[in-house]
Amino acid sequence: MSLSLSLSHRFADFALDITLDAGPGITALFGRSGAGKTTVINAVGGLLRPDAGKITVDGEVLVDTDRGIFVPPHKRRLGTVFQDARLFPHLSVTQNLVFGASYAARGSTGPDLSDVVALLGLEALLDRAPATLSGGQKQRVALGRALLSHPRMLLMDEPLASLDGPRKQEILPFLERLRDGPLGLPILYVSHAVDEIARLADTLVLIQNGRVQAQGPLFDVMSDPAAVPLLGVREAGAVIEADVLAHGSDGISTLRISAGDLELPGVQAQIGSRVRLRVLAQDVILSLTRPEGLSSVNVLPVEIEDIHPGDGPGAAIALRAGSDRLLSRVTARAVVELGLSRGMKCYAILKATTVAPGSIGR
Amino acid sequence: MTPDAAAWDALRLSLWVAVWATLLAIPLALWVAWLLARRDFWGKALLNAAVHLPLVLPPVVTGYLLLIAFGRTAPLGRALEAIGLQLAFHWSGAVLAAMIMGFPLMVRAMRLAIEAVDPKLEEAAASLGAPRSAVFARVTLPLILPGILAGTVMGFAKAMGEFGATITFVANIPGQTQTLPSAIWSALQIPGGENQAVVMVLMACAVAVSAVLLAEVLARRVAARISGA
Repeated sequence: MSLSLSLSHRFADFALDITLDAGPGITALFGRSGAGKTTVINAVGGLLRPDAGKITVDGEVLVDTDRGIFVPPHKRRLGTVFQDARLFPHLSVTQNLVFGASYAARGSTGPDLSDVVALLGLEALLDRAPATLSGGQKQRVALGRALLSHPRMLLMDEPLASLDGPRKQEILPFLERLRDGPLGLPILYVSHAVDEIARLADTLVLIQNGRVQAQGPLFDVMSDPAAVPLLGVREAGAVIEADVLAHGSDGISTLRISAGDLELPGVQAQIGSRVRLRVLAQDVILSLTRPEGLSSVNVLPVEIEDIHPGDGPGAAIALRAGSDRLLSRVTARAVVELGLSRGMKCYAILKATTVAPGSIGR
Repeated sequence: MTPDAAAWDALRLSLWVAVWATLLAIPLALWVAWLLARRDFWGKALLNAAVHLPLVLPPVVTGYLLLIAFGRTAPLGRALEAIGLQLAFHWSGAVLAAMIMGFPLMVRAMRLAIEAVDPKLEEAAASLGAPRSAVFARVTLPLILPGILAGTVMGFAKAMGEFGATITFVANIPGQTQTLPSAIWSALQIPGGENQAVVMVLMACAVAVSAVLLAEVLARRVAARISGA
């Protein structure tokens, strides 16, 4: 399963020129609002006719402006989940769910109603009308509706952006289940929230001003110092995988990463499971000597791989920690005063670390 | 004060003409309303003007234009008569006149309803694999039902009350082309006809009020279903 796309499109005040490939798993398109993410997803879904370009899914040409090919949206077999759930107001939840089922390709395989209801926890909602649902419930129904049309790929355009924190937490586990579950449906996921992407994506594409600035496996792009200004200095930071070793009686859990063990509070995952850790660059402090008498116990020996000066007074430092890569953000002055250079060995102190609550289990 | 046979005839003919005019106009009005609401094409402004023309022209003028186009000596009228469809001075001509006069009102109501449907819902339906006809039948149509209903009632009321174009095009032949308004007008022309006129006025009021009430009940039911409350 793969999507490959190259398109250029001109709006009155903005030009888009994008080439990207999306394989299995979740491919996230990240960018500020106005960067062109939604244009890309609309072009894939067939809601926008690009000025020029070519889009193929699994080798089937959906758009080729040179050859005058434009497959209409209803023949693309791509499920779309929009930011506003767009449930049909005159139909019940069940009727919404099965709306697309009659159009699924003959002989297509995919979940049936009971699978989707179980996956998304919709049992209690089936007879309700969309107007009576909360935002999170609507989004779950919209997701189920898209799944039941048996798409080859799911397109998700900021599916969580209109939800508040708790509602987001309500949906995220379902998306993780979708990614890790037997459906194995590839997903093109548009978002401007780094935390969502850090938790969900397998592949990350950074878009700015209508152009792809970086693309690759999530762990690589997130730990690329060049990506710091694209993600935002406060949001940038490496994502690494850790195994949960033990939960202490004091609420502190021990997690193992390739460079050593970390002690972290508030880890919900089961012992033995694998979780994603998000280590913000601004939460990683560097020390030339092994620090003593610190309140933080999470100190890792690291080696400096790259130093990337930013536009402002800061610099992004890429660190090798075991087989993982971390990012640290320090001031340009500190780089000079500490004499930081490539290949230098030092210590990284992790002030705070966010653990993705769900297990990523692969 | 009881209705005489002519009054009953006129009421029966008016209802017959109005029902036919409304039923025949609904699909065409819906199509035109959809074109005006959702499509961009060359001549859209012209079509819009043509649809609204009967609303702004004096009805007698519309009737006269119909007579010129479909009269028994006009080429079009003769061609239709050859296939057995006589319009001028026949009740079917009254249907045509009523259709044309009610058409702008129907299109207006339906167009507003279509414009109120969020195109994003139609996009969502297409993304689920529904071809355009199914999107219309399963999403657009149910959502605009109240508008169709409102347009239908207006078209029906206009057809019931149509006088100027009808009397010009199909004349005022009792039992054949004499509709309720024509009959009221005739009754008022003869001395001592006021009684029958009043009876028929009451008939017209009763029909109009029932139509509005029925539409209200239906609209409420549809609205409740759509909002899902």
